[in-house]
Amino acid sequence: MMKGLKKWRLFSLLAVMMVFLSGCGEDYLSTLKPSGEVGKQQLNLLLMTTIIMTIVVVVVSVIYLLAFVKYRRSKVGENVIPKQVEGSHTLEVIWTVIPIILLLIISVPVVITTYKFADVAAMDEVDAEGNKTALTVNVTAKLYWWEFEYPNQGIITAQELVVPTGEKVYFNLKAADVKHSFWIPAVGGKMDTNVENLNKFYLEFDKESKDLKDGVFYGKCAELCGPSHALMDFKVKALSPEAFDAWVASMKATEGQVADKNAVDLGEKTFANNCLSCHAVSGVGGPGVGPNLTAFGDRNRVAGFLEHNEENLKAWIKNPAEFKPGNLMMKQDGSEPIYGQLTDEEIDALATYIMSLSVEK
Amino acid sequence: MSSYTQKKSFGAIVWDYITTVDHKKLAIMYLLAGTLFFAIAGFEALLMRIQLMKPNNDFVSAGFFNELLTMHGTTMLFLAATPLLFAFMNMLVPLQIGARDVAFPFLNSLGFWLFFLGAVFLHLSFFMGGAPDAGWTSYASLSLYSPGHGIDFYVLGLQISGAGTLISGINFIVTIITMRAPGMTFMRMPLFTWTAMISSALILFAFPPLTIGLLMMLFDRMFGGNFFDHTMGGNTVIWEHLFWIFGHPEVYILVLPAFGLFSEIIPTFSRKRLFGYSSMVFATILIGFLGFMVWAHHMFTTGLGPTANAIFAVATMAIGVPTGMKVFNWILTIWGGSIKVTTPMLYALGFIPSFVAGGVTGVMQAAAPLDYQLHDSYFIVAHFHYVIVGGIVTALFGSAHFYWPIFFNRMLNETLGKITFWVFFIGFHLTFFIQHFLGLMGMPRRVFTYMEGQGWDNFNLISTIGALMMGVGVILLVINCLLSIKGEPAGRDPWGDGRTLEWSIPQPIPFYNFRQTPLVRGLDTWWIEKQEGNTEVTFAEPVGDVHMPNNSAIPVVISLGMFIAAFGALYNPDADKPWSIYILIIGLAITFGAMLTRSLKDDHGFHLHKEDILEIEEHLYGKGGNK
Amino acid sequence: MDYNTKFTPHTWPDHPEQATMEGKNKIVGFWIFLACEVVLFASLFATYLALKNKGPAGMEFSTEKLFELPLAFAMTMLLLTSSLTSVYAIYHMRNFNFKGMQTWLGITVLLGFGFLALEIYEFYHYTHLGFTFTQSAFATSFYSLVGTHGFHVTLGLGWILALMIRNANRGLNLYNAPKFFVAALYWHFIDVVWVFIFTVVYLMGVIG
Repeated sequence: MMKGLKKWRLFSLLAVMMVFLSGCGEDYLSTLKPSGEVGKQQLNLLLMTTIIMTIVVVVVSVIYLLAFVKYRRSKVGENVIPKQVEGSHTLEVIWTVIPIILLLIISVPVVITTYKFADVAAMDEVDAEGNKTALTVNVTAKLYWWEFEYPNQGIITAQELVVPTGEKVYFNLKAADVKHSFWIPAVGGKMDTNVENLNKFYLEFDKESKDLKDGVFYGKCAELCGPSHALMDFKVKALSPEAFDAWVASMKATEGQVADKNAVDLGEKTFANNCLSCHAVSGVGGPGVGPNLTAFGDRNRVAGFLEHNEENLKAWIKNPAEFKPGNLMMKQDGSEPIYGQLTDEEIDALATYIMSLSVEK
Repeated sequence: MSSYTQKKSFGAIVWDYITTVDHKKLAIMYLLAGTLFFAIAGFEALLMRIQLMKPNNDFVSAGFFNELLTMHGTTMLFLAATPLLFAFMNMLVPLQIGARDVAFPFLNSLGFWLFFLGAVFLHLSFFMGGAPDAGWTSYASLSLYSPGHGIDFYVLGLQISGAGTLISGINFIVTIITMRAPGMTFMRMPLFTWTAMISSALILFAFPPLTIGLLMMLFDRMFGGNFFDHTMGGNTVIWEHLFWIFGHPEVYILVLPAFGLFSEIIPTFSRKRLFGYSSMVFATILIGFLGFMVWAHHMFTTGLGPTANAIFAVATMAIGVPTGMKVFNWILTIWGGSIKVTTPMLYALGFIPSFVAGGVTGVMQAAAPLDYQLHDSYFIVAHFHYVIVGGIVTALFGSAHFYWPIFFNRMLNETLGKITFWVFFIGFHLTFFIQHFLGLMGMPRRVFTYMEGQGWDNFNLISTIGALMMGVGVILLVINCLLSIKGEPAGRDPWGDGRTLEWSIPQPIPFYNFRQTPLVRGLDTWWIEKQEGNTEVTFAEPVGDVHMPNNSAIPVVISLGMFIAAFGALYNPDADKPWSIYILIIGLAITFGAMLTRSLKDDHGFHLHKEDILEIEEHLYGKGGNK
Repeated sequence: MDYNTKFTPHTWPDHPEQATMEGKNKIVGFWIFLACEVVLFASLFATYLALKNKGPAGMEFSTEKLFELPLAFAMTMLLLTSSLTSVYAIYHMRNFNFKGMQTWLGITVLLGFGFLALEIYEFYHYTHLGFTFTQSAFATSFYSLVGTHGFHVTLGLGWILALMIRNANRGLNLYNAPKFFVAALYWHFIDVVWVFIFTVVYLMGVIG
């Protein structure tokens, strides 16, 4: 019995050690290392509640262990009948009032921040010329990818959200098919993308992402949305305001860009014949059936989670279902991709072409 | 030899169990069925943990993983925890209040068969084209999108077993209101009976919204309805509301009886009256009441607006207060007592810190702005497993040891029991403590795999090792149960410190429970009698004739009709199965026919005469013995 | 008291439905069941209110255009009256007047069938206009709410009829008295639900 107790202590000690050893997770992904005002306030709430709750756990555990140690039958005596106490009003009042006070302490910042995070009034503010002053991004979640439209800038991209640092970025969230949830753990809490209404919230990015391991923050889908829910990742590039403006300008410059069906380049030709009907290659335009590929060459991942190289891209084009089961690039019966089976030569050329699509290079 | 004391053939015993209306036999059936589904769902959990053991694992496919997570959650809550608690409620409530059976023995049997056949129906999905795969919450947009019949199995299976649960809930409430022995006032009822009643009241108000939600899903998926199709004006958030108006109280439906079980174990092995009995009762009622006011805390990120979020956040935190009252009352029960660390007590002692840990993370998630980070991450997975495993499963395991002699007149092995506890308990903390941090480090829940380089690899491995230990613990418990078959009869009040009426009954318990209805003289009436040196409770009546209900096969037939009809509804949307509508009609005809038979055929029960009782008791306890 | 005891109007208890343990249990249980039915209908009402007039873009149906108060009013009158007649039936049951009870129950059933006929006509009329179950979320929620009530009416009619036929030849005793009482209770509940449907769906739909 006591041996078991020792073992338990050892294990809990080990667990605590492990936590310290591996730190608080990765700075591009962990809610414990936030890079934005929203995330920081949420971390503060986490710390505050953790401290209060740890006190509660410690107090309970101490009284409990004390009782347990003091009143073992082996100590009290085998035949002792303890006094049958009915209860105590004073004690009941104490352990009712103290938790109420603790909870009141917690609920004040909770209510304040709840309202603060929901304040999106600035989305409608306009300057003297009638232009919206705040940066807004329309996020549309689709099986299993993300579309990011910048309505005030008139540009659109996918899979990789590009934002400026140092200002509030407002989001209109919507799902095109089933419910998803938009989450950038290292920057701030999530919000669901519903199918029937727009959800609005904001995030702030304090830190440029270029110094992170992959140069991006990781974004996740946080609501079960089908077989490939786990793979519905996106990435976030946080740029300095100047770099962001430059990015917007270069995206705008791709207006009207298309792939030519009669192009000399086999890749472009194949793209025009097989891909263009769903995937646009111009950053100016409306929502597409598939992800907009204008800036594909600048991205960090193929399909949101595979390493960014031509091999993965080719394998993806050959059989997207192998990587993201249930995705909509396949025909209804799942036998082959919508664009049919391309030849190896075509796929090679296609991959090179898609990789060459860039606005930053 | 009368028919009551004759040895029966195996077939007759099976038939007796199928048609029985005896609450004790139904309790054993609930226990067996619950254990079966607990094992299945536990196995599913192990498969998931093995898949997540290392990054990029391909042990199971993405689609199958979603089926596993859905079936694990659904089975554990509806088909394992609920029936296992019903096993204890069925066995103990009539014994604790001094009744010879529940108020509606027939409905008790019907409740079991509806639950069981609904559960079997749901599990048939694995062999008939795929299990449901939209999570136990089955959010409407995904579940409407989900191809195949998986979701249909979910909807119909839960509808049937939910009806069974509802019927049992009503039965318990009426039993407790009307069937108490003389002297058993409400404030003398054992706390487990109190929690059984409040929990049943929660079932009563929580299950209808689920029934309606499932009905809507059924209409939408199988009959062209438009409740959740937003292109036709529908709204999927309605499902979320209905589901959580049910889903949150469901947690309390399960945890309150668990509290009740611990409130029996702790006083027994502390040899001390439950501290603050009346405030425990009050806290139970308050938790039940508040449980209905907080459902939207599951929907903080749905976009209900800051006012709704703030209100539900504060309301949710309020639940911490009565729960805290309970914890302190348990500790104060131990304080000044005489603690004997038996296996059940060990579970109770392990429960207190585990459950408090689960409770405080609950308060953290009640903080809405913080929940935006924690929601749908592994943090929430850790939280609810701390509450459910740390609260409910420990209660079930501890009570299995505690009440085994009431169920089977055998004791479980104490040494093996303690080993089981430590293996399971350490495994449990190893599995779930670490998951808090996985969530904080950005890992979403319900993911079938994860890429390397996100800092999650080690913690997931540790979690899997813990899960395997929990698996070993469960196997040890089952072995212990099987070994007890060969054990010695435990006899009356085998723990020596029993306090409530169920321990006063001679073992094995005759099918009419009490030869004479007891007269209850206070809280913990058996303890009072023992303290006064009595070896028998005071009786409220002389030995006389006893009225008992007849066995009936009608509950099985009613449930079978529903089971058959469910296949008809399931295949209704398939154009190539025009026969499905006839199956539906045949099934419903069987059900309504059986109900009509029940209405038209009088069933007055039977009278057990004084002589029969004396003969049975002589057969059970020997001549003149064990009075 | 035993079930098989033969009674005269003098020995018949004042509250025969509660004279046995089974009868008492049945009544307590049934009230609790009705509480659960209240929640069931509350869920349906809430859904109906959320989806009222919601449909695909450009839907031509709305509560104002669709519902006709005179018909709904007639249905209300039929059901309210049937509730009253079931009270008479229970009054006669308590006075050990089996014939009186059967007569009033018969009238109750007739009124119930009248209600059901009007409801079937109403649904038939709407589907003829194109307002079918699958037409819109509004239609689905309307038919589900009102249809669930209609289903309850049908069950209630079947129940009362079965009781009347089963006991036609043996008269009242303590075994069937609670059954009649509980069936009447159910019938009142159905009536109360309809009052809410009339108010929320029809009155507020046409006027509100």
